[in-house]
Amino acid sequence: MKRELLKFLILAIVVAILPALLSGSYLVNVLIFVGIHTMLAVALNLLLGFAGQISLGHAGFFGLGAYASAILTTTYGINPWLAMVAAAVAVSLLAFAIGFPILKLKGHYLAMATLGLGIIFFIIFNEAVDLTGGPSGFSGIPNLKIGSITFDNDLKNYALIWLFTLVTVLLSLNLANSRIGRALRAIHDSEVAARVMGVNSRLLKVQIFALSAGISTLAGSLYAHTMGFISPTSFGFNFSIELITMVIIGGLGSIYGSLIGAFILTILPEALRTFQDYDIIIYGLILILMTMFLPGGLVRGVPGLLARLRPAGRQEG
Amino acid sequence: MLEIQAITQVFGGLTALCDVSFTIRQGDITGVIGPNGAGKTTLFNIISGIYRQTSGRILLQGKDISGLPPERLAQLGIVRTFQNIELFGQMSVLDNVKVGLHTKSHSGLFSCSFKLPWHLVEERRITESARRWLEFCGIADLADQRADSLPFGKGRLLEIARALASEPKIIFMDEPAAGLNSRETQDLASLIRKIREAGITVVLVEHDMELVMDVCDRILVLSLGEKLAEGTPREIQENTSVIAAYLGEG
Amino acid sequence: MQISDQLTQYLFSGFATGAIYALIGLGFAIIYNATGIINFAQGEFVMLGGMFTVSLITTAGLHPGVAVPCAIILTTVVGILFERLAIRPLKSATPLSLVIITIGGSILIRGIAMLVWDKDTHALPGFSGDEPIEIFGATLMPQHLWIFAVTIVVIGMSKLFFSYTISGKAMRACSYNSRAASLIGIDVRRMVLFSFIISSAMGSLAGIIIAPLTMTSYDVGIMIGIKGFCAAIIGGMSSGFGTVLGGLILGVLESMGAGLVSSGYKDAIAFVILLLILFIRPQGLFKKAETERV
Repeated sequence: MKRELLKFLILAIVVAILPALLSGSYLVNVLIFVGIHTMLAVALNLLLGFAGQISLGHAGFFGLGAYASAILTTTYGINPWLAMVAAAVAVSLLAFAIGFPILKLKGHYLAMATLGLGIIFFIIFNEAVDLTGGPSGFSGIPNLKIGSITFDNDLKNYALIWLFTLVTVLLSLNLANSRIGRALRAIHDSEVAARVMGVNSRLLKVQIFALSAGISTLAGSLYAHTMGFISPTSFGFNFSIELITMVIIGGLGSIYGSLIGAFILTILPEALRTFQDYDIIIYGLILILMTMFLPGGLVRGVPGLLARLRPAGRQEG
Repeated sequence: MLEIQAITQVFGGLTALCDVSFTIRQGDITGVIGPNGAGKTTLFNIISGIYRQTSGRILLQGKDISGLPPERLAQLGIVRTFQNIELFGQMSVLDNVKVGLHTKSHSGLFSCSFKLPWHLVEERRITESARRWLEFCGIADLADQRADSLPFGKGRLLEIARALASEPKIIFMDEPAAGLNSRETQDLASLIRKIREAGITVVLVEHDMELVMDVCDRILVLSLGEKLAEGTPREIQENTSVIAAYLGEG
Repeated sequence: MQISDQLTQYLFSGFATGAIYALIGLGFAIIYNATGIINFAQGEFVMLGGMFTVSLITTAGLHPGVAVPCAIILTTVVGILFERLAIRPLKSATPLSLVIITIGGSILIRGIAMLVWDKDTHALPGFSGDEPIEIFGATLMPQHLWIFAVTIVVIGMSKLFFSYTISGKAMRACSYNSRAASLIGIDVRRMVLFSFIISSAMGSLAGIIIAPLTMTSYDVGIMIGIKGFCAAIIGGMSSGFGTVLGGLILGVLESMGAGLVSSGYKDAIAFVILLLILFIRPQGLFKKAETERV
């Protein structure tokens, strides 16, 4: 328990001092994306890593948040914070309603259904031109404000986004180590046994789906207000895959793993500028290789690998 | 305490159970035996809510519980173990038992994520009772191991500990002695008696006749989906049709 | 008069795309029945078929009659490699890891296609020219007729294969019960490989015959792949007429929807149908429900 708290405090301190060590707003900007991606990856991990239910449509929920905030604040002039809460609540309720029929499906069927759902959202973002601006995007989304502070530069946005990210991480860690977290992992390992032990697996899966969608929506709203401009390409199938890759890299069921996955997959394309659009090859390779050789992800897999190597080394010595 | 009334189960064109009625008395250890394919596991699956019977009713203390899902039955005090142990392999032994306490705790998504005070009190209580049940089954020393690293016999005990943690009225055990050596089977027999002393009614499907005759108060014999006989171990041992059924099979 | 002409037009073009969906759906169903895997890379075989043919004709200057079989063979090789390198070595084959592996494979293939070719769309000339013909008041391309003919032949051949050859019967046995099949001496892993060969060949053929009508590019696989899956779902994942019917229904609904409602939302139709079927009748439209186990 104490160690958990210590780990989180170290993370919080690193997050707090990191911008001071970095020169230039470009890197801070990249870290803002790391934050948003962490929120999304953690949200998806609650569903995929803990409950063992795949979603290939999470980019859609992210997009719903972004467009809801953009439309409500820019077109209808509603207070951004109010719009953000309204969007998160509405999308959670929507996910809760869709969750009952969709989470009845298992494995491959669930994957296809969530993929279909994500693509339907994507088509709406593109086609409802009057509302969303269509393929050319939606611009002029206002910055967030608290009193007289406007979040209009990278440093302020960094603070805002990472505040939300850290809270998401903390709450998810708490959830993971509670009766709900255990029940979710139980469903993952053996749904029948979990139900026999009194876990209402159907309801719990739907609840976690709604929560996961809600957090993704929130991340979408923050993204829209930070960027000021959004377009459908950010919310397509490829981004859903990118999120899955983040979760897989870090490890299913590891909250800090998702943070690491989000960090790697955000930094990687920036570092490998020459790759441009070819990053999907890398994602493909990562997905295949990780699933084959390191199914536990980096956080749990690497110590395991080291442990396996060590006794062998001792014998030689 | 648990009345099984005229249960029939048809899969496709195959009748797995035909008009089986039986009453399980409170505080008894009841054995369900029969040759392979007699419908014992099917009966368990129906009682624990995994299958839904084609016809017939099940009453728990006079209340109709037919067709309720497993999670509702667990709340009402009916739990089971599985023939091919169903543990939560990736979780620790202690966490497995903690899941058994799911029905005994109530914190929701919200209080769990925000670590509200009553949630913390509840977590402490869950941990204490989980440890107590591990001790009850004699595997307290394994608490921090991963469940899928346990040897088969210990896994069986863990599954029983997990089921007991929900403080059931009745525990159904599907072939608890399968795969155990003779020492482990003896330990199991004394554990089953200890469970009864703790006030829990026990029902087991079992092939190990020695164990069944040793621990059971009453026995139900199924053959080809029908009830062949019921009675005390002694009556069953002397029942000619039961002997015929077993000899006929072997 | 005019409206009925339009309807025939929609019907014909719907049947043509529907036939394509049916071929792709059969590919899904064949692999699913042999392995229990939904192969998310199925659409990429379709893309590869089209792209290989384009390259072989325009770059290598081959005659279409040579290029088409070559493209099918090349795609099948990719299918074999995929099965050998990604599916077979997988140790813990849970549904989740299989979903992730086939998705990984699909975007890897797509990425490599982008690297090998480019991001442009490519056109393929019709097999028998691009001179429109008029039938029952509807305007068709000769390519439509090719699509109908090829689809009918392929479906007929697969019917014969599954009913009358040893390998076909063995594959069906695997789909009913792979353990029992292996006990009576059927090499299940070989059948898995077979299923990948057949469905990658079918997928590439679908991609080749549709390419003259719709153009092709590195990223056509995903959309058309999911629609093929939708056809298979409507048909209850059968490797026979259910899926063919499913493809035709989907194709007609789509072309009607595009013509009468909105072409922008045309693609959404397939996904809405997909979700509805999965929610309401996951066993498909034409099958009876199995005994319910709660």
